[in-house]
Amino acid sequence: MPKGIAVDNQGRLKGRTSLSDTNLLLAITVVVFFLLYLSAIIFLGGSFTKPQNFLNILNNNASLIVLACGMSLVMITGGIDISVGAVTCLVCMTCAVNLERQGGNIFTVILIGLGIGLLYGVVQGFLVAHLGIQPFIISLAGMFFAKGMTTIVSKEPVRVTNESFLAIKELRIIVPGLGSNNKLGQYVPAYIEVGVVIALMVVLLLFWLLRWTKLGRSFYAVGGNNQSANMLGINVRQTKFLAHVLCSLMAGLGGILYFLHVGSGDVANAAGDEMNAIASSIIGGTLLTGGVGNVVGSLFGVLSLNTIKRIVSSLGFDEAWWSNITVAAMLCLFLVIQSVVLLRKNKSKQ
Amino acid sequence: MTTPVNKPKRPEESLFKRLTRQQLFIPFAALALLVLFNLIADPSFFAVSIRENSLGNPVLSGHIISVLDNASELVLLAIGMTLVTASSGGQDISVGATMAIAGSVILRMVCGGQASADTMQMPLVLAVLIGIGVTMCFGAFNGALVAYLNIQPMVATLIMFTAGRSIAAWINNNQLPIINDLAFKYAGTFLPGIPVPTPIFITAFMIALFWLILKFTNLGLYTQSVGINPHSSRLNGIDPQKVKLLTYVILGVCVAVAGFMRVSRSGSINYSRIAENIEMDAILAVALGGNALSGGRFNIYGSILGAYIIQFLTTTLYKYEVPSTALPAYKAVVVILLVVFSSPVVREKLVSLKKAPAKAAKEAT
Repeated sequence: MPKGIAVDNQGRLKGRTSLSDTNLLLAITVVVFFLLYLSAIIFLGGSFTKPQNFLNILNNNASLIVLACGMSLVMITGGIDISVGAVTCLVCMTCAVNLERQGGNIFTVILIGLGIGLLYGVVQGFLVAHLGIQPFIISLAGMFFAKGMTTIVSKEPVRVTNESFLAIKELRIIVPGLGSNNKLGQYVPAYIEVGVVIALMVVLLLFWLLRWTKLGRSFYAVGGNNQSANMLGINVRQTKFLAHVLCSLMAGLGGILYFLHVGSGDVANAAGDEMNAIASSIIGGTLLTGGVGNVVGSLFGVLSLNTIKRIVSSLGFDEAWWSNITVAAMLCLFLVIQSVVLLRKNKSKQ
Repeated sequence: MTTPVNKPKRPEESLFKRLTRQQLFIPFAALALLVLFNLIADPSFFAVSIRENSLGNPVLSGHIISVLDNASELVLLAIGMTLVTASSGGQDISVGATMAIAGSVILRMVCGGQASADTMQMPLVLAVLIGIGVTMCFGAFNGALVAYLNIQPMVATLIMFTAGRSIAAWINNNQLPIINDLAFKYAGTFLPGIPVPTPIFITAFMIALFWLILKFTNLGLYTQSVGINPHSSRLNGIDPQKVKLLTYVILGVCVAVAGFMRVSRSGSINYSRIAENIEMDAILAVALGGNALSGGRFNIYGSILGAYIIQFLTTTLYKYEVPSTALPAYKAVVVILLVVFSSPVVREKLVSLKKAPAKAAKEAT
């Protein structure tokens, strides 16, 4: 991470390096994640020492990583999209019905997923950016709509039996050198699923977009201050529109990845994932006020969130409700850290 | 209390005068549309009849009664939500989850911690008061995050939104307590000998209470001034943080009463289903009432009307046998149409469209 280096090169370093808000919050997240995982290895041991345990976090949350990255984009521009979980569910269900009842194949699935995402993005983006309606209300309605549409597509769970799809679903990519011996002494190689590779590629792509493209920089500018971005000649409406389109597109892609992971369409799929995505983004250092954030942070947000879930369940609190309470406590902790850090920073500036 | 649903029966002129009041234009237009639709499609929607309920008491029944009855929780939430929106410029999305907590606490109290009870183990009033106290604490928690740590309301309440239902399950150790005492169900169904559902009375009482509070205290004024400009309110001697905290605590009270009504209807609770999606409806009620979701000026009666309209819409959709699971999709379409037509950009365009032919006509003459 080139923290503070840009400042250095331009000779504006005043004796001490200070991190930008984005990098400071990112640093906190990364440190917290490693502390969490290390302490889990040291104090809990057991499954945490196996690399596969870590890879399973990735396997189970590939779609959440994509959702959280998309959410970060919108949050950086100062908006929010709470429809992503429901869109994921809708994509899963539509894909499952397409594969099972309409004789679709993997290409139609991809087309449907991205198509639904794009359609959602265009409609929501237009309403938010060009008609100036609050993103929360629009995506609330979008969430309602997707939830309702899912049950209209099919009320019953649809299990997919399409062979070429199952072949991709069961495809395991072996990670060399990370395997471990099981109880019988046999060597079990460590693996990741196809979805993880796609998710990580998305993270890299969006990282590149945010850091080194004009569009990415204008996301930050619009989120930081609408009016000054406008005066700099940035098309604010267009930027917000594109952020929403990208976010919903990510929701569509997230739907495909979720579908690849579970292999069935169900009304309860991805329930509450919009909240998990928002929580991951916030833990990853994205501010809802806009202008601050990073997709790498969101990746670490997802990892931290699921690490702490695992820690809590391995501590013996394995009743269903503990998982939610943990997420909430984690969210609360990070919100407080963020606001305290930023309040202090603002005070010292003055 | 006048019920908004009866409004269209008034003579046209007074209705038109009300329509011209800017803020209430949207809710009245929506209500008029719904009423018109039902009048044309099936006038029996407005029929009220008397039937005997399971206990043999004569009670009023009909779609209109069911709208008034079922909207009760939503109306209470809309009242609290309006204040929160006005003071902090954001919405509390944890109301559904906190309703589950309130219901869970009240049921635990009246059942005395057992899985089921035939008589109440604790005076009902005391149990409800404890429920109110608990949700006030949760309201204060949300309010403190918003007021003192400057966290955006939606994000701050996301914490309780995520954890609330789990906490509700935790309170009762994931049991689903059932109370069979008839007296417990009075508040959610009918009082013996009275044909009107009790929730209507409770709602009327709460509306009257808030009318009095807003009339005789500075709550409304302070809330608006904090919402419009916290900095200048501070210079005028109002503590914006305390006002924000107070509105969240008030919302907590509304939530507890709503939660009590909801568990009182069935005498039981389902943690994941109780008051599901009601936070969305409550926010929509505030928006429908013509209140800016970014805070500042508010009209609490607009929100109340908005809540009744939403329930009106829901009941209408149910009547036409829209399955309850598909309901959100239809609601969403209505909501999107509403916000699109109430958005400033579209309004300006519509106004200029109206003016254009008038101008052309003038120029022609």
